Amino acid sequence: MEHPALVTQASLLWLIPALPLLGFVVNALFGAPLQRAFGKRLIHTVAIGAVAASFFVALYFFGRMLGADPEQRTLQETLWNLFTAGRLSVDLAFSLDPLSMTLVLVITGIGALIHLFSVGYMADEPSYWRYFGYLNLFVFAMLLLVMGDNFAVLFFGWEGVGLASYLLIAFWYSDPEKARAGMKAFVVNRIGDFGFLLGLLLLFWALGGGWVERPGLARTVEYAPVAELRPLDPAIGAADADALAPRVKGVKVGPTLSFRELHDQISVEETGVRERLLHATLWGMPVLSIVGILLFVGAMGKSAQIPLYVWLPDAMAGPTPVSALIHAATMVTAGVYMVARLSFLFALSASAMGWVALVGAATAALGASIAFFQYDIKKVLAYSTVSQLGFMFIGVGVGAYWAGTYHLLTHAFFKATLFLCAGSVILGCHHEQDMRRMGGLGRHMPLTRSAYLVACIAIAGFPVANGFYSKDEILWKAFTSDHLALFGTPTPWLGPAIYLIGIATAVGTSFYMFRSYYMTFTGPYRGGGHRHEHNEDPHAATAARHPALSASAHASDGAVHAAHGEHGGRAPVPHESPWTVTLVLLVLATGSVLTLLLGLPALWTGTSPLFERWLEPVVAKVRFREVGHELEGLFQLFGVLAAALGWLAARALYREARSPLPGRMKERFFRAWTVVYNKYYVDELYALAVVRPTIRLAALLFWIDAHLVDGLVNLVGRIARFASAISDVIDRYAVDKAVDGVAVLTRGAGRRLRRVQTGHIQTYLYGALGGALVVVLLNYLIR
Amino acid sequence: MTITLVHYLVVGALLFALGLVTVATRRNAVGVLMGVELVLNGANVNFVAFGRYGGDAVGGSVFALFVIVLAAAEAAVGLAIVLALFQTSKSIDVRQADLLRE
Repeated sequence: MEHPALVTQASLLWLIPALPLLGFVVNALFGAPLQRAFGKRLIHTVAIGAVAASFFVALYFFGRMLGADPEQRTLQETLWNLFTAGRLSVDLAFSLDPLSMTLVLVITGIGALIHLFSVGYMADEPSYWRYFGYLNLFVFAMLLLVMGDNFAVLFFGWEGVGLASYLLIAFWYSDPEKARAGMKAFVVNRIGDFGFLLGLLLLFWALGGGWVERPGLARTVEYAPVAELRPLDPAIGAADADALAPRVKGVKVGPTLSFRELHDQISVEETGVRERLLHATLWGMPVLSIVGILLFVGAMGKSAQIPLYVWLPDAMAGPTPVSALIHAATMVTAGVYMVARLSFLFALSASAMGWVALVGAATAALGASIAFFQYDIKKVLAYSTVSQLGFMFIGVGVGAYWAGTYHLLTHAFFKATLFLCAGSVILGCHHEQDMRRMGGLGRHMPLTRSAYLVACIAIAGFPVANGFYSKDEILWKAFTSDHLALFGTPTPWLGPAIYLIGIATAVGTSFYMFRSYYMTFTGPYRGGGHRHEHNEDPHAATAARHPALSASAHASDGAVHAAHGEHGGRAPVPHESPWTVTLVLLVLATGSVLTLLLGLPALWTGTSPLFERWLEPVVAKVRFREVGHELEGLFQLFGVLAAALGWLAARALYREARSPLPGRMKERFFRAWTVVYNKYYVDELYALAVVRPTIRLAALLFWIDAHLVDGLVNLVGRIARFASAISDVIDRYAVDKAVDGVAVLTRGAGRRLRRVQTGHIQTYLYGALGGALVVVLLNYLIR
Repeated sequence: MTITLVHYLVVGALLFALGLVTVATRRNAVGVLMGVELVLNGANVNFVAFGRYGGDAVGGSVFALFVIVLAAAEAAVGLAIVLALFQTSKSIDVRQADLLRE
């Protein structure tokens, strides 16, 4: 990390994001007529083809990367210059390094599978083309996000995925509930984005402090530039900016938005940038901590961390494959990716790391506890996602960047499996999402059941599937980290404290996942005739309130029922889903197991895990406490015990729906149950503390607008009218009169002068004589 | 007393002045034309005198002859105008001939 990164130029990198963009453009512009003319087959062929092609291009580069030396695995391609401002030059550039490669493979690979799944799930959707268009748009934006070589491209992607997520959550927009969920997601994300943007600008400002003397940034260390810096000389283009930038030990210094250049400037000591950043303060606080925390606020929004997690459970209003792709596997991990990408920055600030880890741990615990008592299968998975994202942030927060990213990868597999299984179950149960009306589905849907079970084992943390390896590594690293700080003061106890929260959460995770498994797949089938009694379904409740509004939403929902033919109406029997669905489930479940090979711990194999070595060149190194291997083995045992504990508890309480205990406990602790079931009333709290004041503020502002601003505007208008009246008077009486006067004068003069022309020759002669006389006299006088 | 150039010039000037007065004051159009003749002949006296005293014996006389021819032509045209004037307004009073008025 002490030398500039080696970059290999690679052409055709742009194909990876361009292909989904092409798919989006085709489906968005021509989708409706194409679907009418050639049917849905063409639509999904285009969409899946685009993502799959993109996946294969990514695989090609993956192969190239594997063949290269570990230090030379950064591929880069600059397409064109976006803008040059002063000496800052920003290009539309893509780069692939082991970190973004991982994400690209997950996005395009799992993305393609989920596209395939959607073929079966959305078969009866009338606006099929719109769905696949949005899905491709999302993949494009997400690829932009992870492949962007600089903050600008990343930010485009960052906003793009927010947009695509909004469009897909509110896909059935005629249902006000779902449209509102989309808006909520968008608004909450915007709040996070605002923090992200602030962090970005502050970082740029603080870096600028390295080149130019600025008031406000205390300079405790004298910065001695090795090269003569001319920061204010403006550059005309990218090449010019490049030529003007001085170089210190081969590293370009000067304002930059590029990750690599930033990384190089910070990692190469001689540039003095690291010194400057470490000592820069803003209002008495270290700038790096503020930057880290603000950037993390952005991650909170995108990756659903406390306090901005509230949108994710509501985002389940979207189609289930969307939940799997966007709200479990890819988009929500953007924040984790961002922190890992900027690891060199976060690693410099112990406080930022501490906060990231602490918020991650709190979110993990909160998400898991809410998931305990949810009945909606998608809600359970949503809160589970929130919780697992918390784990990822523990990982990247304590500095175990590879572990956090590895958990991202494993989570993408097992959570996509879980969501798609849920989708399959929902499809099989004729759009029933309430687990209380499921049960016994294992008999009807064996493939879905086994996939779900594998994913449950993975997320719970049994060593036979991938989840154990990532979660265990994260918790172990959390336990052995003594470098974290809060408010600038070192807090060596924070790591072990986070470990305790994490291990307790792991018990909970195992419990709620197996609870959902047992409730869904074992016991008697409690569904049937749900059409008459699904009043508790929020969707149906809305339908009752707005019969006209949600009729079409129901139609699109219910279209799938109609497809099931005769048995769809009276006595719906759960059935296994079509092959496109089950195939995807099995592939993903297999992936959930196989990816464990990437993270086999050093304790077992003697060498560091494959994935750690893979990411080693691109993430910052953080020093952990040296602890003996015996202890690590013991902690792995703890991890398994935690999973087993949760599993046994869930088994005892929910297996075959036999135990009366859950019901009794619910009655006994009804108050606490209500609080947790209602998600600790956080939404209500936000409504009270944020939404309502905001609406009040809006009303107040409206009042101010209507009365003060409009009054002012009217006043200005009146003043203007008064002034114009004066001007009118002046115009009419002064200017017009002057103009008329000139004319009258001219006419009068003409009338008088006309008399001169008498027609009498002798008068003329007098004139001539007089004139001659004057000339003669003048000639005589002026000699 | 010898007669010098100045004497001629005085006579010429007198003739010119008398002619001018005649032109300016006469109401009769024919009188006005006669005044014009006086003016022209005043000039002729000068031409001839300068011709005689200026060394070039012929030039002045030739010029005078031209002027006489011009005067004759002018008188013809003038009398024709007077005739036309008389036919339209039954008068040759120049005060009444104000058709050239604006």
